[in-house]
Amino acid sequence: MPNTPRILYCHCAYANVVPAEVKNQVLDALSASGVAFDAVPDLCEMSARRDPALQELAKGGAIKIAACYPRAVVWLFNAANAPLPENGIEILNMRVESAENVTSALLPDEAEEPGPATL
Amino acid sequence: MNAASIALTRPQLRVLLYEGNGSQAFTSAERAPILRSLLEKGYAVSSSRVGGALSAIGNGALLVLGRFSEEKPAQALADAGDVTVYFRDVNELDAAAIVELVDQVRDEFQIPQPGGWKPWFPVIDYDRCTNCMQCLSFCLFDVYSVSEDKKIKVQNQNNCKTDCPACSRVCPEVAILFPKYKQGPINGDEIDAEDLRREAMKVDISALLGGDIYAALRDRSAKAKSRFSKERDEDRALKERQRCLIKLQAQMDIPMEVLASLPSPDEIRAKAEIARARAEDALNANREGQQ
Repeated sequence: MPNTPRILYCHCAYANVVPAEVKNQVLDALSASGVAFDAVPDLCEMSARRDPALQELAKGGAIKIAACYPRAVVWLFNAANAPLPENGIEILNMRVESAENVTSALLPDEAEEPGPATL
Repeated sequence: MNAASIALTRPQLRVLLYEGNGSQAFTSAERAPILRSLLEKGYAVSSSRVGGALSAIGNGALLVLGRFSEEKPAQALADAGDVTVYFRDVNELDAAAIVELVDQVRDEFQIPQPGGWKPWFPVIDYDRCTNCMQCLSFCLFDVYSVSEDKKIKVQNQNNCKTDCPACSRVCPEVAILFPKYKQGPINGDEIDAEDLRREAMKVDISALLGGDIYAALRDRSAKAKSRFSKERDEDRALKERQRCLIKLQAQMDIPMEVLASLPSPDEIRAKAEIARARAEDALNANREGQQ
């Protein structure tokens, strides 16, 4: 499904800068949806480690990222030698946006309960 | 865990919560606590769905959790050979038991423990950075360095002092971010005209102090020492030092622990001179490159 943007959710696990109720509501909504998604404990920590997974996330095509300020997310990826492409990136800021706004931007209208996947 | 123990590019374990052919689905009420518990423990986790897109995994280990209807091999190599895949059946397990199972797999295969520290380090916005090297000159903890092409870079992020945003305060371009900082624009928030005016004022204040806040501190300390040695009033000297530190702490939001751990005046002088020389070298090289 190359035209389907991937979803990346950052739990910001190692600091309390993202309101807990926002990130938990977003995670709950993603979990309840029929949409596949990647979740990481903390993008900052991954960037500090220059985690190669960031390169996979950056080069895989369109992606929606639920994290914090877009400027911070862009340069965190860059710091890990995994620059995000200029197109196809949507960054949603859970520090200032409501869970409802983030969720509605992340999830397509047709999201349904999980169906079968193949391994 | 101390930040100094963070290893770069160590192999990681990624968990895949697999629901689909050959694996019974979780309910929403089951799925969210499992994901949250794994994330809180520091594990990256992907949730699979039909038709959905997940990011690839290039290397390391992938642990596939499912309620499998058929027996799976405990371990397999992915086609590329760089990823080891583990399968574990989580039938009858709740979130806590699943986290315990993942911990066991991590221990069994000697995969490093994830996370556990507050990632605090500067991130450079290269769209704004003018390569002025003020951060390199300012930081006493060797966080910054110069790349082969004479550009400023973050070299030793583990040296950065948790919760200290001081270098971002001296950056005249608001180009240094600390994403976990409480306030904008240091946290990555957009920069407005007021931010730029405020930052410029801070630089002006620094310039009024002689362009080097540590030098100003040293001078002030030396003057105070001289005056107080004549007066033989150690209490006053201590109060003056405390006033100076409190003022610096308030102006730049530097944690007191960081101020308390500053090197000795002689070490500060030596470090500042080395950093200034490196910054000057880089600036000269850049000027020559522009000519």
